Amino acid sequence: MNNILSIKNLRVRFRAKSTLQGMLQKIDDPFIDAVRKVSLDIKQGETFTLVGESGSGKSTLALATAGLLTAKEGQIKFMNEDVTNMTPSQIMAYRKKISFIWQNSIGSLSPRMSVGSLITEGYKIHNLKDRDLKMEADRLLKLVGLPTNIKERYAHELSGGQARRVGVARAIALDPKLIIADEPTAGLDVSVQGEILNLLNKLRDDLGVSLFVITHNLNIVRHISDRTAVMYLGRFVEQGKTDDIFAKPRHPYTLALLSANLTPYQETSLENRIELAGEVPSLMDRPNGCEFHTRCPFSSKHCDNEFPPIHTFDNHQILTCHYPLN
Amino acid sequence: MSDNILKIRDLSVNYQTDRGKLKALRNIDLDISRGSIVGVVGESGCGKSTLITSIIRQLDSNADIPNGSIEFEKQDLLKLSLDKMRNISGTQLSIVFQDPMSTLNPVLSIGRQMMDIQYRDKTSKKIKKQRSIDMLNKVGIPDPQSQLKQYPHELSGGMQQRVSIAMALQAGPSLLIADEPTTALDATLEVQILKLLKELQEEMGCSILFVSHHLGVIAELCDHVIVMYAGEIVEQGSTYEIFNNPAHPYTVKLLECDPASISKKQRLLPSIPGEIPDLTNLSGGCIFKNRCDQSIDRCDKQTPKWNEFSNNHYVSCHLIES
Repeated sequence: MNNILSIKNLRVRFRAKSTLQGMLQKIDDPFIDAVRKVSLDIKQGETFTLVGESGSGKSTLALATAGLLTAKEGQIKFMNEDVTNMTPSQIMAYRKKISFIWQNSIGSLSPRMSVGSLITEGYKIHNLKDRDLKMEADRLLKLVGLPTNIKERYAHELSGGQARRVGVARAIALDPKLIIADEPTAGLDVSVQGEILNLLNKLRDDLGVSLFVITHNLNIVRHISDRTAVMYLGRFVEQGKTDDIFAKPRHPYTLALLSANLTPYQETSLENRIELAGEVPSLMDRPNGCEFHTRCPFSSKHCDNEFPPIHTFDNHQILTCHYPLN
Repeated sequence: MSDNILKIRDLSVNYQTDRGKLKALRNIDLDISRGSIVGVVGESGCGKSTLITSIIRQLDSNADIPNGSIEFEKQDLLKLSLDKMRNISGTQLSIVFQDPMSTLNPVLSIGRQMMDIQYRDKTSKKIKKQRSIDMLNKVGIPDPQSQLKQYPHELSGGMQQRVSIAMALQAGPSLLIADEPTTALDATLEVQILKLLKELQEEMGCSILFVSHHLGVIAELCDHVIVMYAGEIVEQGSTYEIFNNPAHPYTVKLLECDPASISKKQRLLPSIPGEIPDLTNLSGGCIFKNRCDQSIDRCDKQTPKWNEFSNNHYVSCHLIES
């Protein structure tokens, strides 16, 4: 299968201190790397999920992929086109092929536009004059399972689940090749969460789009995704097939995340979970050596002074650790 | 065991809205025995927050309580004057909210806030300060002495929540209400905070009323679980019974919907079709009847009574009646 998206050694950084502040406080590098050396491939028709805690750089990576943030280093290739060096008109064309479902479903809808104009806004922006907007709106609403009379409503009149569906309708309007969904089920009740995920899955099968899902809900990752990457401090610490990662996590952080995933149906109790000490270090002050060693329950020699090597296992599980777990 | 610290009987709460009277809570009966952790679980709009705010007497001005009593430490909170209520809340009854950043005052230092809440004690500043340091130590904040000078924004989310727990427990309350205290935190921190709550509860012997929509968290922490749906309690029992032997159709469906309960990987996830009934216009009968796939004639007409399904496990459903 072809790779639809291929990212190599991507680095995205933000300025944390002004040049003057940096000089006065004697900070050599007044930038922080939100995403550092990330490489990933997404195949056509595949669901790729990204998990990690807040501040690990998940959303930054997604924004950079969509061309909404510029990368400092690295390469993003989408259908064999280089995204990092595009002219504004090329970017416009690129944005037609890639779309976003935002985390805050109601907040991402303009409060002053009706649902009908919200979901057909893309056609106007991209100047597609041959479309009958009314018919398109009906078609999209049917696709996402909403009644067509919802067109006249405004964002504040929608329930959380409905707003989420409108967001999905907006995302599929321009027939994208890749949909990036940032926390598609955040804030939804479990009884509605299933409906939205089933909808995304169905659209993936019917329209052949690829999905790039960002979430911290591990329970849904297991069911919807083909491949998963685990992010910590802007890096991928482990990446591989979802089934393999859940069955056999090899990075201590992945193991800790899975162990912190509380479910009512497991034997383990709070006492024998792998508990991570402390909190996520600041990006301004990355630890030396393996960046996870300050919280790692298994850290030993080399971990605090040498950056760990990258291991690749035969099942395409990739991880960065001195001592991979068995 | 009849030593109940909190005893709610027949509590109803209505909100006056543009669309008419919204019956947010209807005839709630709830007991919390001394030293236990009781979890309330339910989806958004089921009345969890209304229940908590009516216990601490902080309901909105458009709410009224037509009937019911909330007995805490042998006195009815609903009949107390606001002055007396002020004396109880913060000392015998305290609460930890969902978002620690909005619990703490952003313009006062942690130390100032921790000393301010001890305003009732006529002791010296030095003792109050020492108490604050001890409390911060207990909740696992490193180097509490210097942390007292910090402002809330200088702490991470997990640390902020530890500070709010420290403040809630400072007066040694007999009941702690925790309103989704881990929702704003990451998974690895969530485990840390739950562990902390359990340890402190054992050490201080208080009861906890823990509200969450996260089934896994409830199962992990609580002894007893109450399942709410659309303003009513539909099922209650021990945590083991509720999760392993659910009896009410809503509880059964809710547990089925949780992706964590499905051990085999599957693409199609279950959901509960339909929506929560309009609470301004209730038609009587069972509250879950329009989404229940096993409903019978009686569900339309009669409100179900409490039935004991197994030992200390109660269900409000016609199908369970023996």
